[in-house]
Amino acid sequence: MAKAKIALYWAASCGGCEIAVLDIGDKILKVVEKADIVFWPCVMDFKYKDVEDMPDGHIDITLFNGAIRTTENEHMAKLLRQKSKVLVAYGSCSSEGCIPGLANQSDRKGIFDYVYSEVPSTVNPDGTRPQTLTKVKEGDLTLPAFYDTVKTLEQVVPVDYFVPGCPPVEDQTWAVLEAALGGNLPPAGSVVGAGTTALCEDCPRERKEKKVKRFYRPIDIIPDPEQCLLDQGIICCGVVTRTGCGAQCPSVNMPCRGCYGPPEGVADQGAKLISVLGSIIDSTDPDEIEKACETFYDPLGTGYRFGLPNSILRRKMIK
Amino acid sequence: MKRVTIDPITRLEGHGKVEVFLNDAGDVENVYFQVPELRGFEVFCLGRPVEEVARITTRICGVCPEAHHMAAAKAADAVYHVDPPSAAKKLRELLYMAFYVTDHATHFYALGGPDFVVGPDAPAAERNILGVIGKVGVEAGLKVVNARHALHGIIKMLGGRSIHPVMAIPGGVSKPINEDERKQIEEVAKVAVEFGKWSLQLFDDIVLKNSDYVDLILSDTYAHKTYNMGLVDENNHINFYDGKIRVTDPEGKEFAKFEAKDYRDHIEERVEPYSYLKYPFLKNVGWKGFVDGMDSGVYKATPLSRCNAADGVATPVAQEAYDKMYSTLGGKPVHATLATHWARLVELTYAAEHMLELATDPEITAGTREGITPGLDKALMKEIRTIPTETPTEGVGVVEAPRGTLYHHYKTDENGITTDVNLIVGTTNNNAAISMSLKKAAKGMIKKGEEITETTLNLVEMAFRAYDPCLSCATHSLPGKMPLEVVVYDSDGNKIASKRKNC
Repeated sequence: MAKAKIALYWAASCGGCEIAVLDIGDKILKVVEKADIVFWPCVMDFKYKDVEDMPDGHIDITLFNGAIRTTENEHMAKLLRQKSKVLVAYGSCSSEGCIPGLANQSDRKGIFDYVYSEVPSTVNPDGTRPQTLTKVKEGDLTLPAFYDTVKTLEQVVPVDYFVPGCPPVEDQTWAVLEAALGGNLPPAGSVVGAGTTALCEDCPRERKEKKVKRFYRPIDIIPDPEQCLLDQGIICCGVVTRTGCGAQCPSVNMPCRGCYGPPEGVADQGAKLISVLGSIIDSTDPDEIEKACETFYDPLGTGYRFGLPNSILRRKMIK
Repeated sequence: MKRVTIDPITRLEGHGKVEVFLNDAGDVENVYFQVPELRGFEVFCLGRPVEEVARITTRICGVCPEAHHMAAAKAADAVYHVDPPSAAKKLRELLYMAFYVTDHATHFYALGGPDFVVGPDAPAAERNILGVIGKVGVEAGLKVVNARHALHGIIKMLGGRSIHPVMAIPGGVSKPINEDERKQIEEVAKVAVEFGKWSLQLFDDIVLKNSDYVDLILSDTYAHKTYNMGLVDENNHINFYDGKIRVTDPEGKEFAKFEAKDYRDHIEERVEPYSYLKYPFLKNVGWKGFVDGMDSGVYKATPLSRCNAADGVATPVAQEAYDKMYSTLGGKPVHATLATHWARLVELTYAAEHMLELATDPEITAGTREGITPGLDKALMKEIRTIPTETPTEGVGVVEAPRGTLYHHYKTDENGITTDVNLIVGTTNNNAAISMSLKKAAKGMIKKGEEITETTLNLVEMAFRAYDPCLSCATHSLPGKMPLEVVVYDSDGNKIASKRKNC
């Protein structure tokens, strides 16, 4: 049997997904046994032009991490879609937009104005902004254009599989590679490398009745190490987050923030969180309920931290 | 005017791009280093509970999330005017030392080191971690892989996750360690110390015993007499987690020493239209362009800069290595960019030794007692966590990231919701210096009429790689892994030659 051809690429991301692939350790050798890595710019020596010269569908599987933030990210997404039989959105950024997608609460101008003029250490009296074309005395210098909106991979090209997680944990990454190399992938369109239910299923904390008078931030209280964090009033997104990570953050007394995205059947993680929190407020008195709601400080940055571009909201309106 | 584009794969891929312009005589006229990516964390960290920012800014960089996590937590401590218990600071620092050893090891063995261990003129195919293993032996290679793996296990134990840890919270840490965990950490720390010594010996055997390498390190092509910046403790020893920021001038004299909160009195950033990455400089010297010397505000913040800016190291093996480095290279300060690799190993050894000190500190298991489930006794938890009580306002948190001094600055409303966020990240400090180093190396290596070979390109790239530029922090690529394409154009813009290499 011919070896499978694999490509890995990263767009707007932090590099954590690349580290996560490297962290499968010596299993990477098993990957190399069964597959030829035909494109992995961060680790191996292949040209972008090599990809352009490939016939369409030449690559069997491409793992694409990172969101679509610039013209160059989009260009590579389109090129790799054309050249790949199977395109996998690997990690939260390409699947859902992740933390870079929180930028959708602003736009290009808002970000440029803040970063290049308003922050206190920057002195820029002429209001200089990065340009796609700059003429210097020696010639022209170019930069890729920065979009107003961060997009997921699927918002730019059709995607076959989604691997959630920021980043995907080691054993899940290996499971996906193993399935892909063995030809055991589920039907296209599936989420792979994760479970289907809510993270609470995997969380070792003891759950009792959820009835709270107010919500707490992690900074407010020292939680009981064995009881459900949400039962204690600490907003934990595990209840609206897919299993897969092994409940890592609750294991060190910190609440889940939802990096594995919504479980099967939940269309909008943030809306679901608000619905859950609304249902556990232990009061029927409008004033008390209002007060309890005021202790939930950042709905957008909590429920949509990892999936704003992929949510129903998608972004702040551009006037 | 001829033009040489040094671009990772192509212009469309954007992980940092270098444009080299040749004049009509065929010599290097000017060099531009461009960073073609921005994500805008400063903006979308606004409106967030400040303690959450330590869990958001980790995503600036998947290679050094620990640095952002610690700087963010320290900034949030300051916002809340809360001083964490000393055991909590030690637990944070313990995680940070484990991170430092693994991060510096990754750079030395996989990214920067191959240039020396395998050789700058070795075939590209061998100039990588596998080439290093080929040269030093499989057993030694496994030593690197295993040390890295064990240290990542410690990061996960302390931080909850091996990538993007979550344990630091304003006022302390979220979880104590018990005696069993402490013993495991101690064992790994001992291995790390031996690993540091072994790495220094390896550098000695392979690099220092080769006079060609030493000459290369000391050559003027790779030198810039800039200011140096680094965090120091009360004895002016290198510190990664805490202390004051010290700046020394190109002659090695102390120019400034300041608290994190006063950074704006000392640093300003400028914007150029051809890069998304800003250019910090020393405000009290001023921006004079991409030049070095006493009158130029350009500074460096690298392992070598930290050694230059400090008076020494607080642990014995690292101090000995520190002294040897300066005596070999002609005394302080050393401006040879390539000596940064040596300084990195000095720092790796310090981090390992300090990790062992912390792992054996009687206070490190604070918050736990035999027979009590960790965390169950809330009074005990106060040994590692202080709940803030003061009204939050404003704070700056600074740590030394492996690639430079890292500044997080937040302002909040009375509920601790961020209203202003400013970040100056490790590699950004070195933006101007990197540009200058590339220009100087290109001038030294690209000569009119001479063919641009693989080795030429690697010699130019080495100037860049010494900084271990983490463009993840600035953009999103892995540090040091910069494939280069050099395209030579004649004065009409016609392509006349093309070479490409990968690091």
